[in-house]
Amino acid sequence: MDETRTPILTGAAGREGVDELGKRTGMWFFLFTELLFFGGMFLLYSIYRYKFAADFHRAAADENLVLGSVNTAILLTSSLAMVLAVAAVRRGQIRRSLGFQRATISLGTVFLVIKGIEWGAKISRGIYPNGPTLLSLGQGQILFFGLYFTMTGLHALHVLIGITVIAFMIRFTKRGVIGPDRYARLENTGLYWHFVDIVWVYLFPLFYLIT
Amino acid sequence: MTGPAPGRRPDETALAPTGTYVAVWAALLFFLGLTIVVAKVRLAPFGAAANLLIATIKAGLVLTVFMHLRSEGRFLKIMLGVALAALTLIIMLTFSDVLFRR
Repeated sequence: MDETRTPILTGAAGREGVDELGKRTGMWFFLFTELLFFGGMFLLYSIYRYKFAADFHRAAADENLVLGSVNTAILLTSSLAMVLAVAAVRRGQIRRSLGFQRATISLGTVFLVIKGIEWGAKISRGIYPNGPTLLSLGQGQILFFGLYFTMTGLHALHVLIGITVIAFMIRFTKRGVIGPDRYARLENTGLYWHFVDIVWVYLFPLFYLIT
Repeated sequence: MTGPAPGRRPDETALAPTGTYVAVWAALLFFLGLTIVVAKVRLAPFGAAANLLIATIKAGLVLTVFMHLRSEGRFLKIMLGVALAALTLIIMLTFSDVLFRR
């Protein structure tokens, strides 16, 4: 049956129908839509920060710089673990890759827990959308916290999705579906994880470092 | 079957040595420290710009090394450029209104 079929794609190195670039291109294009998705929110943030500069600075004083910095370091480290997991699979080091995939999930989970602690501290003081303390603040501060919850919330959702996807990748790797010659799923998962990391790299200075 | 990857095929990204990934991670942590210091010394109007510049350097490191953009062909690089240009255009057009609105 295989002999009668004409391959549409001749793999770059003679592997019929296999095109690693094509697999990555799909993921990159998805990431471009994600870029504009978060970009819209960053645009909104810049407009309101321009209009309510003083309120934004006052509201940002409420952010916990220590927790924010620790979380940034954790996410950056998780990106290192992710890229090492991809590299290990491609080098045929399956066990090592599984270890790094688990490390990525653990670090992502710690990130979410810390994020939860930060949110919890705000919520317990009445700072949440339509919360009593929040409504007593100035318009610009209400906007700041609205953007904070929306943007860090959607970012956290992305981290959660990333963790879930990596959990599947661990199963695939264990079953040999992912291996040195078939690693596109893991590599694309990595691209997603690194993108989410980059989003946080911008969120951090915008919410924690306005003095 | 499960040996180290043979020579890189043209449609694959180039892996960097583990040391390079670790060095980039160290650089990212360095820039994280730097951005906090910059925010603390209050460079007045330049603080925000400096922090965005540092964030962009960090994003560039992640893109080129962790996401292997360095070894990608022209196609993906141009497409990324188009996406970034679209976002920049949207921001510029919006601010051309916001800044001059009375």
